[in-house]
Amino acid sequence: MSGAADREAVFPTRQSLGIMKAKLKGAETGHSLLKRKSEALTKRFREITRRIDEAKRKMGRVMQIASLSLAEVTYAVGGNIGYQIQESAKSARFRIRAKQENVSGVLLPAFESYQTEGNNDFAMTGLGKGGQQVQRCRETYARAVEALVELASLQTAFVILDEVIKVVNRRVNAIEHVIIPRTENTIKYINSELDELDREEFYRLKKVANKKQRDTAEEDAQMKAKKEQQQKELSALAEGNEENEAPKAAPEDDGPADILAAEEDEDVIF
Amino acid sequence: MASQADYKDRQFLAVIGDEDSVTGLLLAGIGHVTAPPDNQKNFLVVDSKTDNAAIEAAFERFTTERKDIGIVLINQHIADRIRYRIDTYTQAFPTVLEIPSKDHPYDPEKDSVLRRVRRLFGE
Repeated sequence: MSGAADREAVFPTRQSLGIMKAKLKGAETGHSLLKRKSEALTKRFREITRRIDEAKRKMGRVMQIASLSLAEVTYAVGGNIGYQIQESAKSARFRIRAKQENVSGVLLPAFESYQTEGNNDFAMTGLGKGGQQVQRCRETYARAVEALVELASLQTAFVILDEVIKVVNRRVNAIEHVIIPRTENTIKYINSELDELDREEFYRLKKVANKKQRDTAEEDAQMKAKKEQQQKELSALAEGNEENEAPKAAPEDDGPADILAAEEDEDVIF
Repeated sequence: MASQADYKDRQFLAVIGDEDSVTGLLLAGIGHVTAPPDNQKNFLVVDSKTDNAAIEAAFERFTTERKDIGIVLINQHIADRIRYRIDTYTQAFPTVLEIPSKDHPYDPEKDSVLRRVRRLFGE
């Protein structure tokens, strides 16, 4: 009956029924917990995607302003300073630090920008002319990079959350569509097997009772027949007393022995 | 998730961009050259003469080889040249960020992350 359905390979015993029931309960608890986790993460995820969208647009504007100020520098310095800057870059002044944020058990990294002190690679840039523009340009770009760092941490969170949500949803679906039905099937199977055993047992008991009844009836009949015979014999003996006294002793010895044996049999049966 | 362990040492940004973008970002102070033996720069200037293999190699170096880079900035028009690499890059660290350049306005439709956002929400 339940052989075709998907179920676990267990023996249909009361113990495994208990185990399966505990398992089903555990699966249901786990399912509801994971479902809630998935919802919390999805909420966070949507918020992050919205912020990414905004930040990307903001970045476009910020970078535009920054390139404009660079153009100002080029104009003021009166030549291309790119080469000079590329060659004088030695050690990063602008660095990032990663910290973690916990969202429903998922660690989301977030970048934080900071500037190291007393580290100026471009002290000589724009020394001749355009020093002010260079300074302003650096500030503008520093702000732009800050925006970029913020965007990058959003994006990292997006990538990680995306992955985690997929995993959690996969688990939720696995529990909902595989583990719970299978455990339910197993429980159903064990129940049906146990019922079957119960019915078998009941039928067997009934059979035994019937047989006993039949045996008792038969024995009663036998006893009755025996008693009647004895009666007959006794009366026959009584009649024969007058004719012959000698052969009386032997049949009388047999009689009680037979009765005893019959009674013993009765005891054995019951 | 495996990449969460090594995020602590990542403290630099890297740039792949045209001359103006790189100059500006270096001015902000992100440029870093490692200690003398290898002298690795964390920026690459790309012009019309730079071939795609060089860009790809730099991208590869910044994303997989170097463990001290947390964010890779790349100009969008350069990202377009190695688009298949950017699109297949799915790691969390380092983060790859497409930035606009002076000559090429920013197009949100091309951004690999924004495209994923759009696909997820079925727009």
